[in-house]
Amino acid sequence: MDKQVKGVLFDPLFNNNPIALQVLGICSALAVTTKLETALVMSIALTVVTAFSNLAISLIRNYIPNSIRIIVQLTVIASLVIVTDQILKAFVFEVSKQLSVFVGLIITNCIVMGRAEAYAMANKPGISFLDGIGNGLGYSMVLMGIGFIRELFGSGKLFGVEILTTTNDGGWYYTNGLMLMPPSAFFLIGAMIWILRTVKPAQREKE
Amino acid sequence: MFEHYLNLMVKAIFVENMALAFFLGMCSFLAVSKKVETAIGLGAAVVFVLAICVPLNQLILSSLLREGALAWIHPDLAAVDLSFLSFLVQIGTIAAVVQIVEMAVDRFAPKLYSALGVFLPLIAVNCAILGASLFMEQREYNLGEAAVYGIGSGIGWMMAIVALAALREKMRYSNVPEGLRGLGIAFILAGLMAIGFLAFSGIQL
Repeated sequence: MDKQVKGVLFDPLFNNNPIALQVLGICSALAVTTKLETALVMSIALTVVTAFSNLAISLIRNYIPNSIRIIVQLTVIASLVIVTDQILKAFVFEVSKQLSVFVGLIITNCIVMGRAEAYAMANKPGISFLDGIGNGLGYSMVLMGIGFIRELFGSGKLFGVEILTTTNDGGWYYTNGLMLMPPSAFFLIGAMIWILRTVKPAQREKE
Repeated sequence: MFEHYLNLMVKAIFVENMALAFFLGMCSFLAVSKKVETAIGLGAAVVFVLAICVPLNQLILSSLLREGALAWIHPDLAAVDLSFLSFLVQIGTIAAVVQIVEMAVDRFAPKLYSALGVFLPLIAVNCAILGASLFMEQREYNLGEAAVYGIGSGIGWMMAIVALAALREKMRYSNVPEGLRGLGIAFILAGLMAIGFLAFSGIQL
C-alpha cells in the first residue's frame, strides 16, 4: 500500500478523527449508541453512504457549477440515503425501526457533506472513495466504542448477549441506568476527547 | 383542542428537547455556542425556518407523497405511493425555504440579515430541521400539529443553545484541565444540562 492511500484510510482514525477533532456528525453518534447492534448498523450505513457519495461527487466534480454545488451534493447524498434506507427496511427491519429517523438524518450528517465538499470536490474518484471509507471508519470507531461502554454497563449485554449477569436475573451486576440515558453519551464523548487530547497534545484547542 | 396543542408545544420544548434529548443540530449546537449573542441569532433563525418548513413538509407529504395522496389529481393515481421519496423532497424543501428566507430577510430586514450572517445558509444542513420534519412524518401529525411542533421544537433548541452559550461564557473564568478545554468541557456541560432536562420527562398537561 503506498503512503497516500494509507494516510487517507487511517488518518481519520486517530490523527484527524471526524467526531473528536472536527466535531462533525455528532448528532447521530449520540442517539444510536445505547445498543451495539444499532451502532453497528448505523456505522456501516454511514460508511457506505460517505464512500459512495464521495465517489459519485468526485466523478462529476468537473461538471458541477460552483453556485449550486451544495444542492447537487445534497441530492446525491439524499438519493444514496434513500437506497440505504430501503435496503435496511428490507433486510433488517427491526433495527431499521429502532434507528427511526436517524437513517434519514445521515443526509444532514456533517461528515458526509464535509467530505464531499472538502475532499471529493478536489480529488480523483478512487482516492475520494478511500477517503470516504477512512472517515466512515473513524466515525464507526467512536460509535462502536461508545456503544460498547453504554450497552455493557447499561444493560450488562453485548450485541444482546448477556456478559455481566444482572441482579434481575439473579446475578451480581447492578445495571447503571444512566448509561442508557442521553446524558451519558455526552459524558463519554467528552471523556474520550479528553483522553485523545492528553495523548496527542497537538489537538488541544488554543485559547 | 387548545389543550392538545399546548401539550404538544410543552412536549416539543421541554420533554423532547431537540438538542438535549435527541441530540439533533449538535454540530452547530457546539460550534456556535461560544457567545450568547450569536447563539440567540442562530436560535431565532432556526425557530423561523422550523416554523415554516415543518408545516410545509406536512402539506407536501399529505397532498403529494403519501399512499393515495395523488387521488385529487386523477382517480387512477390513488394507488401511487411516493413516500420513499420523502427524504429527497423534504431536504429539497428545506434547502429552498432557507434560500427564500435568506433573500426575504436580506430584502426586508437587512439589520437582522447582517446579524445572522453565515448562519442562515448553514441552517439548511442543520439536523434539527430535517429531524423535526422526519419526526412529524413518522408521527403523522396533521397541519396544525405540525406547525405547533415546528415552533415548539425550534424554541426548545434555541433555549438549549442560548443556555449552553451563557455557561460557556462563564467558563472562561474557571480553570479547566488543558486537554479538556473547549470541546471536551462543552460536551460534559451539555451532558449536565441533559440531566437537568430529564426532570421534565413524563410531564403532561
